[in-house]
Amino acid sequence: MNTTAVQVEHLRKCYGETVAVDDVSLTVDRGEIFGILGPNGAGKTTTVELIAGLRIPDGGSARVNGLDPVADRSEVTRLLGVQLQESRLQPKITAREALKLWSAFYDDPEPWPDLADRLGLISLLDQQFRTLSGGQQQRLSIALALVGRPEVAILDELTTGLDPQARREVWQLVLEVRERGVTVLLVTHAMEEAQSLCDRIAIINDGRVRAVDTPDGLIGRAATATVTSFTTESAVDLEALREISGVAAVRTEAGRIVVEGADEVPLLVLSCLESQRVVPHRLRVQEGSLDSAYLDLISTPREPTVMSPNLIAETAR
Amino acid sequence: MTTRTAQSPTSIQPAGPTMAVLRAEARLFGRELGSLFYILLFPVVLLSILGAIPSFREDNPDLGGMSVVDLYVPVTVLLSMIMAALMAMPSIVLAYREAGVLRRLRTTPVRPASILVVQVLLHAATVAASSILLLTVGRLVFGTPLPQSWPGYICAYLLALVASFSLGAAITAISPNARVAAVFGSLAFFGSMFTAGVYLPVQAMGGLLRRIVEFTPLGAASEAMNAAMLGALPDVGDLLVVAAWGALLALFSVRLFRWQ
Repeated sequence: MNTTAVQVEHLRKCYGETVAVDDVSLTVDRGEIFGILGPNGAGKTTTVELIAGLRIPDGGSARVNGLDPVADRSEVTRLLGVQLQESRLQPKITAREALKLWSAFYDDPEPWPDLADRLGLISLLDQQFRTLSGGQQQRLSIALALVGRPEVAILDELTTGLDPQARREVWQLVLEVRERGVTVLLVTHAMEEAQSLCDRIAIINDGRVRAVDTPDGLIGRAATATVTSFTTESAVDLEALREISGVAAVRTEAGRIVVEGADEVPLLVLSCLESQRVVPHRLRVQEGSLDSAYLDLISTPREPTVMSPNLIAETAR
Repeated sequence: MTTRTAQSPTSIQPAGPTMAVLRAEARLFGRELGSLFYILLFPVVLLSILGAIPSFREDNPDLGGMSVVDLYVPVTVLLSMIMAALMAMPSIVLAYREAGVLRRLRTTPVRPASILVVQVLLHAATVAASSILLLTVGRLVFGTPLPQSWPGYICAYLLALVASFSLGAAITAISPNARVAAVFGSLAFFGSMFTAGVYLPVQAMGGLLRRIVEFTPLGAASEAMNAAMLGALPDVGDLLVVAAWGALLALFSVRLFRWQ
């Protein structure tokens, strides 16, 4: 049995003069929650639309369970569950009617009342789609994507418009769905969501993959993998700290000196302080956030400089 | 090696999903009270208003011995057709496209074309109900004749239905959004109302005008249906005009329609 659920190779799509997807290659393993992260207009949605077979690529290929989403349309739609960004339903359809209708599309659907219950839709079943709030519409849309027991679920902007409580519940549901062996392709620009859900994340910008790694791996390879901060009574030569290799930024913040930098920076900072005969107090070393790692990666120019040996630079031309 | 689903690769789409779409869309159509009023009730209201005028019920030698109400039975039948095909249907289909309903359906095993076919069927069924209502009210209340040649009438009727919905489909295909479709739909609607004879029955139009109108889909349909009402088989030329328009517009729409 193949362990690859989605295989994308050198995918390319242009709209007229605009290059939406330049060159994207990805391999998503079975049972994985795979995040596609990137700024607006990076090509995330076009990439998943190509995987879902909604668009025909100008170059390269996408395969879902080895099947071509365009040529093997009828098979792919049976094993794929898709929740599209900004896709509404018939304005006057009730939640119940939508769930029943979508259940009828599949040979072995999941009992929809269970799904409705887990997504908090039970009290809304007789409401028409147009009267549901944005978050309620979103939850119904997620239910429809999952009702056909898909092998691969594509969820685009999953929790947009949801309140924090509903967001946590939807995350829990995604984790449960994965427990059943479903591969989840999650498109998001919410860093917290990617960090808490995804096994691996691809960062996409300008239609190209900038990096693929686990959330921790991405943080570790970023220029600000660590944040070292301390207070001191003696004067510190900040310039000397800035010159340490791997340091990204040095600043004073509320009486503390804060040094952001790569993984090995905390030790180098301590030895530098020692040579200056400065004693740090209340020393703290924190992990950098995915947020800063992400900003770091998308602001890196097209050909990123290799920051750590394990960098998988998928930007080869 | 890849895992495949249990279905054979060539499995034909089962009737289930399409029937489910038909049921769901029928329910939704039942909630479109505006469309239902204009397709089902408005034509019969118009016929009744005209029929309430005594002189319109009298046979008129200038109209080939028919009364004005007699002439307006096929006209109101055509009116319900163009209400459904040009005004009601394009706005629903385009609203679905704009909302992403068609795009969303494309990700499921149901073919998105089935929702379009279902829309045509539902609107056409409502038109048929409206036509039966018009013939019944005309016959029972105003004593208008029933079609004397049923085969001719049904033939002309079905061709007119195809031509109207093809025109509606063409409007849907060329309109970028529902608002533009409303404008195109209205233009085509008022044009078709004229050629169908809503303002002045085609049979009451003068020589050259009548010749021109007979080359429009609704004008030719009106002539064919009127002939069948009188018991003659419709003129083959008229039927061919209607059929040609239907085929041409249908082909045009299929080529131009965009799913998103």
